[in-house]
Amino acid sequence: MLTPVVDRLLCMAEPHHDIEDYQSGLVSRWCVGCGDNAILTAMQRLCRDEQLDPARTVFVSGIGCSSRLPHYMGTYGFHGLHGRALPIAEGVKMSRPDLPVFVSTGDGDCLSIGAGHWMHAIRYNMDLTVLMHDNRIYGLTKKQASPTSPIGTKTNTTPKGSYLEAFDPLSAALGMTNVSFVAQAVDWIADVLYQIVSAAYRHKGFSFIRVVQRCPEFMPGAFDAYVQDPQKTVILQHPKGIALSPALAKVYKNVREHDPSDLAAARALAQEREAIPVGILYRNDDVPRYEELRGAGRLRTTDELRRGLDAELDRFTIWSDTGPVPQ
Amino acid sequence: MTEMLVREPRTTPARERTLIEEHIVEVLSDSGEGAQRCGQSFAAIAARSGRGIWTVEIIPAEIQPPARSVAGASGNRVRVAGHEITNGGDECDLVVAFNEQVLLGRVRAGELKAGCTILLESMWREDRDPQIQRAYAETYDRLVADGYRVIEAPFERECRKLVSDPHRGKNMFVLGVLCQIYGLDLGLAREQVAITFGKKDRKVIESNVRLLEAGWAWADENVDLRFEIPARPATETRVVINGNQAIALGILAAGIDICAMYPITPATSASHYLSEIFEKVGGIVHQAEDEIAAVTFAIGASYAGKCAVTITSGPGFSLKQEGIGLAVMAEIPLVVVDVQRGGPSTGLPTKAEQGDLLPAMFGAHGDAPKVVIAPSGIEDCFYTMITARKIAETFNTVVVVLSDASLATAQQPFRRPAFSEDWVAPPVDQSPVPEGALPYGWDETTGLFRRSIPGQPGGMHTVTGITHDRRSRIGYDPETHEDGLRHRSLKLAALQRTLRCPDVFGDAEGDLLVIGWGSTKGAIEEAVAALRAEGRRVSSLHLRFIQPMPSGIGEIMARFRKVVTVEASWSDRVEDALIDRENRRYSALAMLLRSKYLVDVDCWTETFGRPLKPGIVRAALAGFLKEVK
Repeated sequence: MLTPVVDRLLCMAEPHHDIEDYQSGLVSRWCVGCGDNAILTAMQRLCRDEQLDPARTVFVSGIGCSSRLPHYMGTYGFHGLHGRALPIAEGVKMSRPDLPVFVSTGDGDCLSIGAGHWMHAIRYNMDLTVLMHDNRIYGLTKKQASPTSPIGTKTNTTPKGSYLEAFDPLSAALGMTNVSFVAQAVDWIADVLYQIVSAAYRHKGFSFIRVVQRCPEFMPGAFDAYVQDPQKTVILQHPKGIALSPALAKVYKNVREHDPSDLAAARALAQEREAIPVGILYRNDDVPRYEELRGAGRLRTTDELRRGLDAELDRFTIWSDTGPVPQ
Repeated sequence: MTEMLVREPRTTPARERTLIEEHIVEVLSDSGEGAQRCGQSFAAIAARSGRGIWTVEIIPAEIQPPARSVAGASGNRVRVAGHEITNGGDECDLVVAFNEQVLLGRVRAGELKAGCTILLESMWREDRDPQIQRAYAETYDRLVADGYRVIEAPFERECRKLVSDPHRGKNMFVLGVLCQIYGLDLGLAREQVAITFGKKDRKVIESNVRLLEAGWAWADENVDLRFEIPARPATETRVVINGNQAIALGILAAGIDICAMYPITPATSASHYLSEIFEKVGGIVHQAEDEIAAVTFAIGASYAGKCAVTITSGPGFSLKQEGIGLAVMAEIPLVVVDVQRGGPSTGLPTKAEQGDLLPAMFGAHGDAPKVVIAPSGIEDCFYTMITARKIAETFNTVVVVLSDASLATAQQPFRRPAFSEDWVAPPVDQSPVPEGALPYGWDETTGLFRRSIPGQPGGMHTVTGITHDRRSRIGYDPETHEDGLRHRSLKLAALQRTLRCPDVFGDAEGDLLVIGWGSTKGAIEEAVAALRAEGRRVSSLHLRFIQPMPSGIGEIMARFRKVVTVEASWSDRVEDALIDRENRRYSALAMLLRSKYLVDVDCWTETFGRPLKPGIVRAALAGFLKEVK
């Protein structure tokens, strides 16, 4: 696109951005103890550390508690329709491949009403960083079962307990054609969450992060077992993945070496139910990106359009002042 | 293509031909036998030699309907005239049919003029299957008894002299027959065959030229029909394209970068053609995973850059409504093309209807003011796209373009567009946003504002479909809600003030005013012209802008004793026992005009899934004129 060149010409020094530059100034409406706050903090920190230009960064979301996130960012944002965050973000990326695009979506938004888009978004493999805030419940509409609600969850639509096994988004994502980055984070281990979103941002392609996110209002205590017992979390460690800080290593002792390029191992991990695997399950930097395949962001001149139109009209021209025109 | 493969057949001199002003010719076959290609080529040759043409595709709903079936007719209707024509006309004058069953479908639909000439493939008379023999003979006898002039033509036998598989090639033989009958230049026809098979190798072209010449020679010896349709010398360079091609070319000419679509009939051919041409100039056609993804992808693209477009038909249009509402609410430019088909639900996928006007205006929930434009012809399809893009970006809103199946595949010559830089979207604004400018800095009078686009320093904000204030911050209070509703609505008024009332076709006053919109213009005006030639006091008015509607329509209506809309959509029939003036469901435009102007506007509608016929409209209008007296 045009602007970077202009920016470089006019700016003698790169402006420095502080964390405040990524805050919209609005106070979040999330409940006290809601995991979304941790995700927001991680994203603002990431933007600051990467020194992203707030004017050249876009956060897209759907509808739901999680999808309020763009409102709290000091960047450009698009708070869209329920389930449609991904196609909107794809349109943004196709139009402006020069801008980093982040997506916040929820378990209902992404895996239920928007599930069709999600599968195809993985296959398009556009360079988007996608955070699926998974609190296993519908929050904004006040406690209905979500696709990831554990079987037996009592909600307003399932007063006797939900009927079906919870949907497994990691296995589904890892089974999709062109999958290029799948990770799982939990909102309560901030440092690991940050490492994961940072790796996801740096991955060129569709980075899908499921963030297990506490909902103290409608799922109180549902995550306590994991928060209180570090053994119920398997930290996936690898030079190509994440590393535990010494402080965290003292707490989280259930650590496993996992090479994120091993798809079969990733799929096996996704199937584990004893403990939550946290880390990068899979990454493949060689999957082609749709926006590149399509030549997005190509500059076009008016003259090019004129020639293109004229070439087409030539095909269909039937006569001129000088008689029939050969086509 | 210059070497002669057979002797140059003679052409009947023009003076020995019957001079006619126009004819309607149909070529019918089973799907895959090439009747469409034959009809299109015939039309192209006629157009290139200075005749006015309009073509209508006859398309079966299935890809491969059973052979020799009444519903399986595939082909082309070509109206050829010594003057410019604007619609497919009434019943046809000459039919070429590759079997009697496909012909029957058209006979039953009332598409043949009484006593017209039929050139019928005769091979079925001696078919090995006695049932086919019988069906053929019975149909032949009935057609003759009904007064049609049926010429049995051994197309298959004649083609076999040249090729082993006449199934692929008979169409070019028939093209030669038609060129002989209508005195079209054989040299031009040869050129056309070369163009038609341009992508194939030389042998294919040569074989088809031989078939063309054989058809020409055979007709010379065996068919006694010779017509001459006067050629009009051309004064301008013209192009022949169909409505969907015109839409695609209009998108290109408007400087739009991105089209997101999902396959649906009859809109898809516009996207096919766009896919073929768009990438050459750096455009992108994205086939999304579904209709909702297509519209939201286009909205995302528009939000971050130039106005994008999505193309669909009825069912897809319904699915897009939530997205359209979002674009209206967040004030993001968007062009939505709806190539209408028969509805509701899956309805008539390949056939024409104007049933989507009210969904276009009111389909999204809540008050979602948007612009609705309906192109009234092929040329208009092209220019409407340029206008639509411009309005969408100027007013930061949704523009719905309502075409339909009858324009989608119809072809007509029109003046070749001369590219103008004014058509093209300007580059995406990336300049810093002025200090203090608000994301929705609505002008108090017009509701207009300058949106800030990602990349513009100082313009950071989050757009949302939730009720929001001028800073794009969520606010549920009544003042904020009404502020947004008011300014979004004002934009339509601001646009409306710039619209000119269309000219009345005919006198400015009289007994009957006919109002139409969209694709029906040609048929309505032809009907009105015919009645006016008889001295009837009837005029017509054709609307392109339906929302907002230009001022002045009320005054025009007031100068007529009766006003009636003519639309290709449903309205209750007054003769039905339960229908009275109070419970009658009027057609869409009539309903709008009645509610807007408090005028007792009547309506006449037809939902046969085919383009309106001027003769039928004329008869209906004659009936209304009788009422006025």
